[in-house]
Amino acid sequence: MHVVVCVKQVPDTEAPIRIRPDGQGVDESGLTFVMNYYDEHAVEEAIRIKERAGGTVTLIAAGPARAAEALRAGLAMGADQAIHIQDPALDGLDHLALARVLTAAIASVPYDLVLCGKLATDDNAAVIGPALAEFLDLPQATAVTRLELGDGTATAHREVEGGVEVLEISLPAVVTVERNINEPRYPSLPGIMRAKRTPITVKTIADLGVDLGGSGAARVRLLGLAPPPARPPGRMLEGEPAEVVRELVRLLREEARVL
Amino acid sequence: MRVEYTEDQRLVHQTVREFAARELRPRARAWDAAGAFPEEVVAPIARLGLWGMTVPPELGGAGIDAVSMALAIEALAWGDGGVALSVAAHNSLCAGHIVRAGTAEQKRRYLPRLASGEDLGAWCLTEPDSGSDAAGLATRAVRRGDRWVLNGTKAFVTQGSIAGVYVVMARTDPDAGHRGISAFIVERGTPGLRIGKHEDKLGMRSSDTAEVVFEDCEVAEEQMLGAPGEGFRDAMRVLEGGRIGIGALALGLGRAALDAAVAYARERRAFGRPIAEFQAIQWMLADTATELDAAELLVMEAAARAQHGRPYRLESSMAKLFASEAAARAASRAVQIHGGYGFIKDYPVERIYRDVKLCEIGEGTSEVQRLIIAREVLA
Repeated sequence: MHVVVCVKQVPDTEAPIRIRPDGQGVDESGLTFVMNYYDEHAVEEAIRIKERAGGTVTLIAAGPARAAEALRAGLAMGADQAIHIQDPALDGLDHLALARVLTAAIASVPYDLVLCGKLATDDNAAVIGPALAEFLDLPQATAVTRLELGDGTATAHREVEGGVEVLEISLPAVVTVERNINEPRYPSLPGIMRAKRTPITVKTIADLGVDLGGSGAARVRLLGLAPPPARPPGRMLEGEPAEVVRELVRLLREEARVL
Repeated sequence: MRVEYTEDQRLVHQTVREFAARELRPRARAWDAAGAFPEEVVAPIARLGLWGMTVPPELGGAGIDAVSMALAIEALAWGDGGVALSVAAHNSLCAGHIVRAGTAEQKRRYLPRLASGEDLGAWCLTEPDSGSDAAGLATRAVRRGDRWVLNGTKAFVTQGSIAGVYVVMARTDPDAGHRGISAFIVERGTPGLRIGKHEDKLGMRSSDTAEVVFEDCEVAEEQMLGAPGEGFRDAMRVLEGGRIGIGALALGLGRAALDAAVAYARERRAFGRPIAEFQAIQWMLADTATELDAAELLVMEAAARAQHGRPYRLESSMAKLFASEAAARAASRAVQIHGGYGFIKDYPVERIYRDVKLCEIGEGTSEVQRLIIAREVLA
């Protein structure tokens, strides 16, 4: 079973985000970047599949030079090879155009299954997985919490309103994963040392033979970014415990309306 | 200024920090209260490969560079000082001594077990009556036929009551001073090896420290580690590496103290504003941040020299001395910033304050480090 996993490097969700003065992106100075959490689960799932059924795990990332760190982390967890799409033109792409580029990279390697995280924590778009399925003309299952592989098919469990939906899809397929599908392992030190010696294949958009003119050009334009409104300060209740509790319950019920 | 780390060194640090944040930090308080080594960390630490940092890959280790190892120990200590100390002593001292002085057969026999965490390693140099004066040790090893018989008591042995492999320094020639000391590998379960008192410590309480007693403890000839009479010299070289580990450990504790102090200073309000807005607090934070960065430079310089095969005795002593004293100041200021809350166990700085004291004592006191540095300066 050959599994391809698309990974994205994103700002650490705990890092304070500052928007650039031009409003077109975030100020990266002093920001810590990590592999998107959902993608860590996709990498873990791929490695577990390899450990059970053999085969290979190929990682693909598109992004600036620093994105190689996410690929190294995935290699250190146990992936076999990695493709890093690096191109100045990536900056101006919308999600669909990026999915076209990733599609070409996926098509350049043998695969039976494509795994992605359900979404990336930075832009929260959840577009890439479904778009890959469309461009690769493959069946898809999104936000999967359990994945069982059969002979030429896969059974995918999804949490839906009030229950679990079970889908059967033929392989190859694109599957995006939820965080509760597994518990990702930490990269091991020997794994990190091995990953250090594994070459990462760097490709440009042109290397992949993708022509983004015409329909591939961005159809979505970013108008601006704004920080969320500042959180109002908390309120301290003072007095006798019994009174304070009564007042707290009243506020929760009448003002916060959470009770 | 910061040392420029390579991509894989950053990944080592990031991975171990994340592990420490999730697996160690939340339990540190309970382990401290229990005062015993938490056996449940052995397997997860093994999965990360942290028991085999000094062991070559062909013998099951991670074979990582000295800078990565210092980063890993720093990251562990940020989560729990005692666990970091256990890992550091296991790697630098026990496994480190066998890597340095062991025969191919000894390496093949012991290093895979140590690297996998199947056996934890202990290193026995200090005795009840000899600490800084290590060459004054009284444990004897006497030849009987083709075997050696050990008698004596070792004190403050990290992993003393839980180790599977003990490296023991003993006197083989009573008339030859420090040239009359040899090292031996003794396995747990060897008749005559007895675990003595388990020490109830001020800090680093999640590391195991015990007395180890040898009573007519017989080992085969091939258990001698290194050449006869070279045990003390090898031990001193082992300690040079170990000091980088203690420096890194101090750095991790210092950073944990600073992180806690910054978080508390932002949150705690007095006179109508967060105390972080007061210069008295800001200056303490500024001094701590500056001193810890300086400590990091010294620790990583010593590690980089070790990695590139250059002499590092002076540098490792300077790193250990400065980092441990800087971290102690960091912890003291962090407690001060917390005020009354720093004096109780509800906040981590109280534990860090106690843990960090070990760094000024273990693997050569601050006074011994100054002695080594002064000798080099005056040479």
